[in-house]
Amino acid sequence: MLPKLFFGYFAVVMIALSILIITRKNPVHSVLLMLAMFFHIAAMYLFLNAEFLAAVQIILYAGAILVLFLFVIMMLNLKEEFVRTRYMHKWPLSAVLGASILVMIFFGVSNIAQGPAGTDSIEAIKAETQTKALGKLLFSEYLIPFEIIGIILTVALVGAFVLAKKRD
Amino acid sequence: MVPLEWYIGLSAVIFVIGMVGFLIRQNIIIMLMSVELMLNSVNISLAAFSHYLQDLRGQILVMFVIAVAAAEAAIGLAILVSLFKNKAAVHTDEVAEMRG
Repeated sequence: MLPKLFFGYFAVVMIALSILIITRKNPVHSVLLMLAMFFHIAAMYLFLNAEFLAAVQIILYAGAILVLFLFVIMMLNLKEEFVRTRYMHKWPLSAVLGASILVMIFFGVSNIAQGPAGTDSIEAIKAETQTKALGKLLFSEYLIPFEIIGIILTVALVGAFVLAKKRD
Repeated sequence: MVPLEWYIGLSAVIFVIGMVGFLIRQNIIIMLMSVELMLNSVNISLAAFSHYLQDLRGQILVMFVIAVAAAEAAIGLAILVSLFKNKAAVHTDEVAEMRG
């Protein structure tokens, strides 16, 4: 009963926060609501026994990506959004489209069959500690994707620098 | 124990909200945040699958998604900054040169 109550609270708050995020007129309000959303997602990860991901979620999303968003909003100094009268366009059409896609997903989800369980049970992870288990998997089976992610991040860094630097 | 379907349902609802936000808003900052919302909803369902199937590979995939999301946010905001420098525009309807 208690886990279901916990999940219910987090589900309701997360859905309400995401609706608020996409409907606020002021982008700063959206970013601050996004911060609350990310903390709720981190708590959801804790609930799913993914402690490392919860830490990464708070450090990387709440600490780095949201600060980047806030920094850009402050730098651009957007006053124009407040005088815009129509800041959402064609929302009934998009809402109908979203609702139909949601119905489609629910029909697909309603008859999933759970596959065979893997080897990483909670006891096995507890015996090894979660970070170590994740690291072993990341640096053996997923070594090539890990290297590719490193290249992607380097490209993003260089690309952001080239795009935003002052033309002369 | 919370059933797995609840997590997938929550993830689907947040994904659709992010998609609708991407479609209805014209402010590029909010559109980028809607994309982050969609990526996060996928992360929730990946972590839920990882827990229920007792396989850590789902969590590895979440880390890759987070890394790609960080790269995407950096590039998107850099494009926005350079757009704002060139045209003083942050809304998609103000940039219509490509429309024949």
